[in-house]
Amino acid sequence: MGVIELLQSIIPTALFYSAPLIFTALGGVFSERSGVVNIGLEGLMVMGAFVGIVFNLTFADVLGAWTPWVSIIVAMIVSALFSIIHAVASVSFRADQVVSGVAINFLALGLGVFLTKQWYDKGQTDMVSQPFYTTDIPLLADIPIIGSIFFEGIYITSYVAIILAFFAWYVLYKTPFGLRLRAVGEHPMAADTNGIHVYKIRYIAVIISGAMGGLGGSVFALTIALNFSHATIVGQGFMALAAVIFGKWHPLGAMGAALFFGFAQSLSVIGAGIPFLADVPQVFLLIAPYVLTILALAGFIGRAEAPRGNGVPYIKGSR
Amino acid sequence: MHSNKWFNILVPIISVIIGLLSGAIIMLVSGYNPIQGYVALFNGAFGDLYFFGETIRQTTPYILTGLAIAFAFRAGLFNIGAEGQVIVGWLAAVWIGTSMEAPMYIHLPLALFVAALAGAFWGFIPGLLKARLGVHEVIVTIMMNYIALYSANAIIRRVLTDSADKTETIASSASLASEWLEGLTYFSRMHYGIMIALFAAVIMWFIIERTNIGYELKSVGYNQHASKYAGMSVKRNIVLAMVISGAFAGLAGSMEGLGTYGNMTVSSGFSNIGFDGIAVALLGANTAIGVVLAAFLFGALKVGALNMPTHAGVPNELVDIIIALIIFFVASSYIIRWIILRFKKEEK
Repeated sequence: MGVIELLQSIIPTALFYSAPLIFTALGGVFSERSGVVNIGLEGLMVMGAFVGIVFNLTFADVLGAWTPWVSIIVAMIVSALFSIIHAVASVSFRADQVVSGVAINFLALGLGVFLTKQWYDKGQTDMVSQPFYTTDIPLLADIPIIGSIFFEGIYITSYVAIILAFFAWYVLYKTPFGLRLRAVGEHPMAADTNGIHVYKIRYIAVIISGAMGGLGGSVFALTIALNFSHATIVGQGFMALAAVIFGKWHPLGAMGAALFFGFAQSLSVIGAGIPFLADVPQVFLLIAPYVLTILALAGFIGRAEAPRGNGVPYIKGSR
Repeated sequence: MHSNKWFNILVPIISVIIGLLSGAIIMLVSGYNPIQGYVALFNGAFGDLYFFGETIRQTTPYILTGLAIAFAFRAGLFNIGAEGQVIVGWLAAVWIGTSMEAPMYIHLPLALFVAALAGAFWGFIPGLLKARLGVHEVIVTIMMNYIALYSANAIIRRVLTDSADKTETIASSASLASEWLEGLTYFSRMHYGIMIALFAAVIMWFIIERTNIGYELKSVGYNQHASKYAGMSVKRNIVLAMVISGAFAGLAGSMEGLGTYGNMTVSSGFSNIGFDGIAVALLGANTAIGVVLAAFLFGALKVGALNMPTHAGVPNELVDIIIALIIFFVASSYIIRWIILRFKKEEK
């Protein structure tokens, strides 16, 4: 197998596996940068996957080829609404943010499977009839070599994810809103003194993470899983959380980490077909993202430092 | 005035009541009969001795993971990694149980000890990283969960068996299963593990309330700087808390490996015993007695739920929703306190 054929099989698969991670990790960056730890990313993805699949199944006949796109938008909205629970608990009710996130994970899975059983009378839904399909991107796919590696047989959602990462970077680092959001996460009291509404910014950040988690979950469901059950989302949300940290709480860093984790996942899927990887036990590729995240946190791969106000409820008037 | 102790008892009780009421409302909205649903739940947990035995069986690992998380909480640490520690404990127990022959009085204690040791080691790593490098234990333990899951699967497939999906059954000399308890409960899977779990609760109470180690751990949990100033080693205490916490969770794994199942199966996801332990610890206010009671409640809910689809047509996931809501309410205890105080004020 030549190098180009090798890249042709690896890169589209890596992009395909990364897209849901990128979306969700970007959401995690917003939430954590504003000072709210979001262990609930997993649950937000579950909610997104559930809504995406159910909407797709219900409206496939009406909306035709547009179904997957409308599905992910609806999933975004519902997950954004769902994440308000986490915002209320961790911002207004001063709950432990990690505990609230754990509860979000339980609640999303419980609700998803409960409603699936009620609506479909079985533990999993049918396969969707209108998932996302791979396409060749016009013009770009005609570029020699690069075109066939990057732009042929690709899911458009992967590129939407990468573009959104740059957009998130712009919002966080080049707009007043982004500056405020980061200030709230680093030093909420100083931000408050300067007239920034800490609670409002944190609510918005958590809701953004809900929308992005829903997007990630629904894209995962409509490209990879194609149905919903209790085993649709198993750990992708936590992997996205790992990408947030491995990417040092930076949108582009998180995107890079998500691409790398997607790459590692795709290797564990197609590794058997690649000469020098066929002998590596699959388990090493499976645990690689998690081991690397621990090493990154421990400072072996550049120190990863959390925003200073992360995880601490802000109480007005306290020092 | 009402002391903290009074609130600590009232908040979990109110949370459970609101949680169950919310469950009733969800059933009502979804077109089920909530009374029928809860009767089915109750019968599924306590209806006869078989169900009661199953409830106790489910309670056993919950007590241990609840203790694990509560113990770490007391030292100011959040051990989300109980799930992974359960997996390595389970694997270690089954490994010892299947790979050697020995009389029962050596084999069984050894299997339990190695399980606790494996869990302790899985807790030691995040503890050490926290103590030495200040790495947040929540993230490390989450990552360790997945490392445990995938590694255990690989070890079952490649080391313990020849590409099979589950290990052999453990030797009877390492088994916690009890014909006496099974006979007593119409052949439920209840086993001697419950005694170990209750004994562990006593040990946790003793360590926390009656020893220097416990005093230092609590002190570090309250205020690291003051403890350091008082001459305590904060780092040593953090590592110690995670090690003991991991040992409890490892034992919880051995309850499944040596008691309930007698083997270990390759799994694509988590057993949730560790995650449910978080709910148990929170509801039990991180005390030994509270954990035992909360574990019993969640054990009854989980086992009783299995009776709901057949007898009331309600999907058993309703209980997962109820448990999630209970966690929310306990975690938001600030607001419950605030409301109680508000009512008290108005009365006066």
